[in-house]
Parts: sequence; C-alpha cells; structure tokens
Amino acid sequence: MRHRGAVAGLVILGVLALLAIGAPWLSPSDPIKTAPRTALQAPGSGYLLGSDQFGRDVASRVLHGARISLVVGLISVSIAVGIGAPIGLVSGFYGGRLDAVLMRMIDVLLAFPGILLALAIVSVLTPGLGNVMIAVGLAAVPTYARLVRASVLSAREQVYVEAARAIGGRDRTILTRYILPNVVAPLIVTGTLGLGTAILSAAALSFLGLGSQPPTAEWGRMLAEGRDYLREAWWISTFPGLGIMLTVLAMNLLGDGLRDVLDPRLKV
Amino acid sequence: MLTYLARRVLAVVPVLFGVTLAVFSMLFLVPGDPIKMMLAEFVTSPDQIAQMRAQLHLDEPLPQQYGRFVANALRGDLGTSIRSRRPVATEIAENVASTAQLALASMAVAIAIGVPLGLLAALFRNTWVDVGSMVVALLGVSMPSFWLGLLMIFVFSLHLAWFPATGGGDLLHLVLPSLTLGTIASAIIARLTRSSMLEVLGQDYVRTARAKGLAWWGVVVRHALKNALIPIITIFGLQFGNLLAGAVIVETVFSRPGLGRLIVGGILAKDFPLVQGTVLFVAASYVMINVLVDVAYAFVDPRIRVG
Repeated sequence: MRHRGAVAGLVILGVLALLAIGAPWLSPSDPIKTAPRTALQAPGSGYLLGSDQFGRDVASRVLHGARISLVVGLISVSIAVGIGAPIGLVSGFYGGRLDAVLMRMIDVLLAFPGILLALAIVSVLTPGLGNVMIAVGLAAVPTYARLVRASVLSAREQVYVEAARAIGGRDRTILTRYILPNVVAPLIVTGTLGLGTAILSAAALSFLGLGSQPPTAEWGRMLAEGRDYLREAWWISTFPGLGIMLTVLAMNLLGDGLRDVLDPRLKV
Repeated sequence: MLTYLARRVLAVVPVLFGVTLAVFSMLFLVPGDPIKMMLAEFVTSPDQIAQMRAQLHLDEPLPQQYGRFVANALRGDLGTSIRSRRPVATEIAENVASTAQLALASMAVAIAIGVPLGLLAALFRNTWVDVGSMVVALLGVSMPSFWLGLLMIFVFSLHLAWFPATGGGDLLHLVLPSLTLGTIASAIIARLTRSSMLEVLGQDYVRTARAKGLAWWGVVVRHALKNALIPIITIFGLQFGNLLAGAVIVETVFSRPGLGRLIVGGILAKDFPLVQGTVLFVAASYVMINVLVDVAYAFVDPRIRVG
C-alpha cells in the first residue's frame, strides 16, 4: 500500500511536470490575454475550465501556474539545502564552539514559527515572486541544517569512521567518502517532502499579495483573485486550489514512500 | 525538578536575545535607505526625512539603538506605527485576543478530529479504517489553508448560509476560521497519535493488562492512550506556533482582525515598526509557550526531569 502511494505520487508528479513543461503549447490560449466580453464564463463549451473576471482562460492559467509552482518549489528547496546542508555538515563534523554558535543561531530562526520567518524575510526584501523563493528557502534552512547535523553526528560514531581515522584518513576524505553518503538518504526524503511545503508557503505568500504580482498566472494569486468571485464563479479559485493540493499531495506521497525505502528510521 | 525548570527557563534567554537582535536588524537589512522606502508614497522634504530619522533614532550608534530597542520592548514600548501613528503595542493589544481565540479554537478542533482519527487508525491497523484515516490525514497535510477556507465559505456561508463568511467579533464568526485551521492541524496530530499509539500498544504493560483479563477498551483508554498522549503534548507547543502562523493566512481569507492581518497589512504598507513589533511579539510568545509546554511535559513524564 505504501509503495503504491509512492508510485501514484511519482506518476502524478510526472504528469504535472509534463504539463508544466508543455504549458505554452498545450494551453488553449494566452494565460494573460484578457477578453472582457467573455468574462466569468462557466466551464464547458468555450472555456474548458471557465474564464475569470477579465475573460482570461482559467485552464491556460492553471497550466502556466504549474510551471511557476514547480520551479518555485525546486529553487526554494535548493536554496534551503544549499545553505542548510553545509551548516549542518560543518556543525556536526567539527562540533565544539563552532557547533554551539551555529546551533544557537538556528534556534533563533526556529523561534519564528511556520510562515512567520518567510513573512519577515519578504518584508525586508520587498514583495515579489523572486524574493518569495529566497524567503521560503531561507526559512527552511534550519530544517536541513538540523537534519544533516543529526545524520553526521550518528555517522561520526560509526566504527568504519573510526577505522578510516585510524589508518590516517584526512578530514576531507572522511567527510566526503564516509559521512556524506549517510546524509544523502534523509536529505532526499526531507527534500521531497520539503518541496510540497515550499510550494504551499510560496502560494500562501502570493495569496497574501506578497509574492507574484498581477497579471502573472500563479496559483496562490489566482485563489486570491477568485475569492472575490466565489459566488458567481467558483471555478476561478477551485482549479488552482486543486492544482496546489494535487502537487503537494504527490510530493507527500512520494516523500513518504521514499522514506520507507531509503530511511525507515525517520518514520514518524 | 526545580533545576530542570531553571535550566529550561534560562535556556530561553539567549534565544530571546537572538530574536530581538534578528528583528532589530530587519530595518538595516533592507536594500537601500529604509526611511526612503517607508516614506516612498508620501511627499517628503529633507526635513521630514530628518525628523523621521530622529524619531527612529537612526542617527545613534548601532549598539545604542539596539539597547534602546530592547529596553523599550521590555517596557512594552514597541515603537509607533508609521501609517496609523499609534503605538504598535496598542495595535497589538487590540488584535491579540482575536488571534488567540482563533488559535485556541483551532487547537480544540485539531484535537477533537486528530486524536480520535489517529486512535482509530492505530486500533484498526492495516484495515480500511487505518488506510482511510491516513488518506484523510494526508489530504489534510497537502491542503492549502487558504483554499480550504474558500471552500468553507462557499459551502457553509454562500450556499447553506449557516455562518458569516467574513469579519470577527462573536463566536459565529469564529466557527469557519477555526474549522479551517483546525482541520489542517488535525492531520499532523492524527499521524502522531497513530504512531505513538502503535508504539504503546506493543509495550509489555499493555500485554500484561490484556493477559490478566481487563477489557480491551479499558486497556486502550486507561493504559495505552494515557501514555500515548505524552509525546503528543510536545507537538502541541510546536503546533501552537504553526497555528499562530497559520492564523496569518486564515485571517486574511476570512477578513478577520488579528495579528496576522496586522503583519500582512504592515508589510504591504511598508510600515516597518508595525511589522517588527508584531513579529517580535509573536516570536516571543511562541518561545514562551514552548517553555510552558516543556514544563507541562516534565510534570506528566517524570523521565524528563530526572534525565
């Protein structure tokens, strides 16, 4: 059942990725082209998923939104891993004062719960889609720093590391050849789950008006715009909402499955 | 026990120090001149800019500015909002009750849904009950709160007209926001309850209780659930932080007054003192709540305070 879930996640993600890559060719029309005469059309004949308040094609906008969300997720997680993993590696491997200082800094970042840290960073960087990626990425740094540090700490105590040291292995050799491989599996699992979280956070920031700016076809933004037309045109917000949920669900399924295969210890 | 408490409380000091330093630095990490950015939309003369600088004490050396920031914060003075020209502390005081209500009500919803769901999943492990509960929990984890909120408005407000869609104030206005936030938080609680319960059910004392002929439900409630809930308490602290942060989004969805909308409004209006003050307040509250949770944890689990 678990593996079936992972396969389902992988299939959904594959389809989403293809749709996102092919969006410019698959879209029935330009996602930001307005057509005031055919505004707020219900899904069906003219528009597969309906049209929004400016007569823009919801189906095209949802397809282009997939592009943005997947890219935003990948870039944010790359930033988080790119900064968090080295911190955790250094902190766990060398220990001592350096470790203490780094971990106190991470503790401070963890004092800002959930999306609050990303909000604070966006407020400093000024709103915009690019800054949302940076903010969501930076806000996730503590997660990866701690994860990698914990993996390094447990690997460091292994007999084969001691053996490598005994035969005169240098720090760099030990770090890259014996410790790093232990870090990769949990990093892949957490990174996959983190993609979902990053996409949710980024969409939330755009929903709040702090991310993508109009007329960009971005899911969070589309939901915010659809909020005002909930009564007349449910489809404006429903399809981007489904898009976000399906994407995040797929990543959670895949992440859970990968965890069972790669790193059963992480199981909650 | 006392030493444990003292240690735990003392450990908060450096974190709070770091938090104030981080929030204080926000103003200086802004690319360009923060004053010009904040006043961008007003017509500004050099006089006004100078006045603003003086008002924010930006001409003093940094350590002195930081000292003033902390000293003021300790006295409950978080500066003055640029837009409303009112003390930030007053703005927070007016909004904190609304957010606290939302967070507490959401927590109640999350427990009411999450614990039974996780319990059922554990008791009927590997049956359709288990699979069903965990699929529901997975959907909850993947659901954007802002979309769930819109769906709630669509169904319960626009169609059934049971509850108001927007605004705050009375209990009726609390129902949909807390259902939204609580449902999403319940997913994590359900997953945790399940795994914690499965672990406890495998313990010797549960087998002993069963072996001596106690009724299954009695064992589950009195022996297993009681112990299974202990690790879940720590999660309440973390979850409370997530609820505070989640309130930012849900308050916007339901146009409900609160700290979240204060922050978002502040960011959009480039009202830095307001954003700094509110962020500091939320982070400090979160840190303090976690201390309280840890203390409560030490009371229910003697292993913690001894170890």
